[in-house]
Amino acid sequence: MSQAKATMSVRKANDAASVVDIHGEVTAAAENALMDAYTQASTAGARAIILNFGGLEYMNSSGIGLLVTLLIRVNRQKQRLLACGLSEHYRQIFELTRLNEAIGIYGTEAEALAAVG
Amino acid sequence: MSTTPDVKTREEAHWAQPVSKLKVSDVPAGAINLNVEGRQVVGPLQGFGQLWQKTYRVRLSGSKAAPTDVIKTWKENFPKFWPAGNKFYAPLTGIKPGEVAVLNLSMPGGMPLSTGMLVLYADDESFTLMTPQGHMESGWITFSAYEEDGAAVAQVQSIARANDPMYEIGFMLFAHKVQEDFWHHTLRSLAAHFGVEGQVQMFKTCVDSRWQWSQVKNIWHNAAIRTALGMPGQLVGNIFRRQKDGG
Repeated sequence: MSQAKATMSVRKANDAASVVDIHGEVTAAAENALMDAYTQASTAGARAIILNFGGLEYMNSSGIGLLVTLLIRVNRQKQRLLACGLSEHYRQIFELTRLNEAIGIYGTEAEALAAVG
Repeated sequence: MSTTPDVKTREEAHWAQPVSKLKVSDVPAGAINLNVEGRQVVGPLQGFGQLWQKTYRVRLSGSKAAPTDVIKTWKENFPKFWPAGNKFYAPLTGIKPGEVAVLNLSMPGGMPLSTGMLVLYADDESFTLMTPQGHMESGWITFSAYEEDGAAVAQVQSIARANDPMYEIGFMLFAHKVQEDFWHHTLRSLAAHFGVEGQVQMFKTCVDSRWQWSQVKNIWHNAAIRTALGMPGQLVGNIFRRQKDGG
């Protein structure tokens, strides 16, 4: 498999939400980084996970597949998954793949945090 | 005055443009073209049944083919590697993002099933097909190749759930095995094309074991039922078209 070209860092935004800052390319090679970031965010007790795509350079269809499996894990833990910082192109891809029906999409991190409440 | 060259970004070149409803073009004579035109695409979140991720791999040991060679060949000969009796009518332009293909599948008992697929994504090392309403599954399937320890590995990975309760019963009774045999056959045929007697490995995970009762309504679009109901009309139409063309 190809080398991971994505880095994910986790920060606690408030008591309810953690933000995963995504940088680089989200492909199948990013699976471990994404799932580790989710585990770290959950350990901090977050009820909502916000994926910040502001640093995203590229995502292929395997990357979109990773988001599906992440979403199922999040739902199983009765958490919420939100996204912010998506470019117009990837907003359209979320609509095409209909992920936007289950992942709340917001323009900025502040808007996503406001939605978490 | 300078002109801006028509250069697509990687994103634009590899991903399908958003579509609200599928449109079929260039269907060859003899194909059953039902259950595709006007349908919406559906992903792993929209179906009814348990969500499965299935991965099939074959290692092309001994072949010098690079992953890009494997994908180029796979795209150009996609239906050739399928088991007999199943047809994939690719668009004339080939497997390219946004194109819609018509599928005529042979169900157990010989019943035909007409459905389709949208080419959601395609690059030099992978391509992904997404299902429409009425297809047996709701989700997508990615065909890819990569290099590992000096040899190309060809992979099929699906993430999908049965589209409606009728299909889910079918999967529980027999369709998982039929599907798995289908992709084993495909990968073995692909490997044989490169002169390799390939051993196919399969890994499967039930990602979500719950049924999504909110999606029971999907049965309205069930392509198996609709193909059975629509076949007589399609056959009569084909006969009239042939007579008209001949006269």
